[in-house]
Amino acid sequence: MSVLEIKDLRVSVETDQGTKHILKGVDLTINEGEIHAVMGPNGSGKSTLAYTIAGHPKYHVEGGSILLDGEEVLAMSVDQRARAGLFLAMQYPVEIPGVTNTNFLRTAKTAIDGEAPAIRTWGKDVKAAMEGLRMDPSFAARNVNEGFSGGEKKRNEILQLELLRPRFAVLDETDSGLDVDALKIVSEGVNRAKANTGLGILLITHYTRILRYIQPDFVHVFVDGRVAEQGGRELADRLEDEGYDRYLTEANVG
Amino acid sequence: MSAVTNAPTVPTFEQHGLKQHSDGDWANKAPVQTRSERFTSTNVEDFPAVTGREVDWRYSPVSRLTALTAGELNGSSYDVTSTDADGVTVGWTSREDTRVGTAGTPEDRASANAWTAFEKALVVDVSGEDAKAVHVRRSGLGGGARGAHTIIDAAPFSRALVVLENSGDALLAENVEILVGEGAQLTVVSVQEWDDTAIHLANHFSRVGRDAKLKHIVVSLGGSIVRVNPSTHLAEQGADIEAFGMYFADAGQHLEQQVYVNHDAPNTRSRVTYKGALQGDGARTVWIGDVLIGNKAVGTDSYEQNRNLVLTDGTRADSVPNLEIETGDIAGAGHASATGRFDDEQLFYLMARGIREDEARRLVVRGFLSEIVQQIGDADLEQRLQAALEAELAGTSVS
Repeated sequence: MSVLEIKDLRVSVETDQGTKHILKGVDLTINEGEIHAVMGPNGSGKSTLAYTIAGHPKYHVEGGSILLDGEEVLAMSVDQRARAGLFLAMQYPVEIPGVTNTNFLRTAKTAIDGEAPAIRTWGKDVKAAMEGLRMDPSFAARNVNEGFSGGEKKRNEILQLELLRPRFAVLDETDSGLDVDALKIVSEGVNRAKANTGLGILLITHYTRILRYIQPDFVHVFVDGRVAEQGGRELADRLEDEGYDRYLTEANVG
Repeated sequence: MSAVTNAPTVPTFEQHGLKQHSDGDWANKAPVQTRSERFTSTNVEDFPAVTGREVDWRYSPVSRLTALTAGELNGSSYDVTSTDADGVTVGWTSREDTRVGTAGTPEDRASANAWTAFEKALVVDVSGEDAKAVHVRRSGLGGGARGAHTIIDAAPFSRALVVLENSGDALLAENVEILVGEGAQLTVVSVQEWDDTAIHLANHFSRVGRDAKLKHIVVSLGGSIVRVNPSTHLAEQGADIEAFGMYFADAGQHLEQQVYVNHDAPNTRSRVTYKGALQGDGARTVWIGDVLIGNKAVGTDSYEQNRNLVLTDGTRADSVPNLEIETGDIAGAGHASATGRFDDEQLFYLMARGIREDEARRLVVRGFLSEIVQQIGDADLEQRLQAALEAELAGTSVS
């Protein structure tokens, strides 16, 4: 069974005002097949955690480690991490002009699997996954994310999640900016991916809304670069009622 | 990199602190007020020696071009091969052919030098309303200084794709006249895949007739200095030009194009899209896009753009769009220019999907330039140029 362990992770970024420490010792363990929701107010370091796991060069790891089945992820390049089985669904996916979705998906699949996917089954898989996400077939021939609406970009992220079949996926505020219909479609895609592959999921969100459609096994509340509290689903319900004020007050006092 | 809009330099009374601007030699030259009033002549002696300060030479390495701007040129015929197509003939004609000079007149010394020197003009005659493709190939011009002249004459209502393929060594100044008859639909693709040592200065003069459409595509990949300047005269009502360009400059390479579209009749349309990539020390590209909308050109619809993708340090891309409008009654006119570095967020996105860095870079550059290749409309040539692009990209350093 696969496990992703984050141990005492400390991360900083360079800003105009100098070095800013964002993650101040994060501990999290995600087992295969588990869904962990990471919730927290703006600026608490949720997205930093996501991008640090994926290896974005902007984030400097000051200490700690990220282990995937005992292997140090921090020593891997961005592409190596993806090939090792990590996936980041981005909050703001970039547009790549001149590269069609079809070409991109096939190139990524080939890179992840180490061999080109069988032409016939691959075409069917792509078509089925797109149908599942109610994506118009024309999106296959369009350039990656170019001219896509916010919701279409998020569906395209989940399309990749379903087709690339990672062992662990980090979903960075995938729910933000989605209307309720799109939210349901995207959530179904995530649940389908989990049912098909048994992946572990780190679901980063500001709101509890998406947790109506994706059931978390664990909820972690992020405040000021640390996990301030963790629990089960009931913690999310409490957050829905009370918001983050309780933690912010404590953080301010402390 | 630079992106400046040209303001014509106007001499004023001498005043304290006023110095000669690097734009040009104020004392010795009448200011060029409008692109259409530039000095033209078919005789090389009418042009003063090239200094490099002229508006159309200021970005070019003129010291390496003296053989073509000031030397004697061999104007004899050369070996040409061409493919067969019904309705297309390729042959040589004399200087006295009445079509010579009907599409344009040289505006620079190298162009006039070639005009003065050529003995016979290569003619591609196109007739017949069925679509067809012809490839005209030159590969054995050699390193001696040459001047050449080509006429592509598309009869009224004819349709064709004419591909000019250039390879091997060359030290060549030439003029290409493209005559697009009434209602004709002509595509001309000029592909420069010269050897590394080649120097090529070309002016393409096009005259587009009533309701005729010209698609003009410049692809410059190989050669030491390659300068292809297409100017298009939209001479009659409804004339249409789509001008595309793709260039990929490696270390030490100078690739230049000065595109001029003259809207000279009502309801004419132009689209200019040039895209280039630069990689390696001293890779240099120049794009100047002049669009003139004359007072007769009511209802003009015009847009020009240049995009450059900088892949490594040590490169320079100049991009200069100019727009002159002499009538207020137009449908639209715009220009855009952007020169940018490789987008690291695109790279991160692709790598986060498992794609290795070098492949991710290739994917992005290929996508950037493919937009132009896809315009050609000839599957074989598109495939060959994609392969040529791959070869260029294979040299992309992983940094």
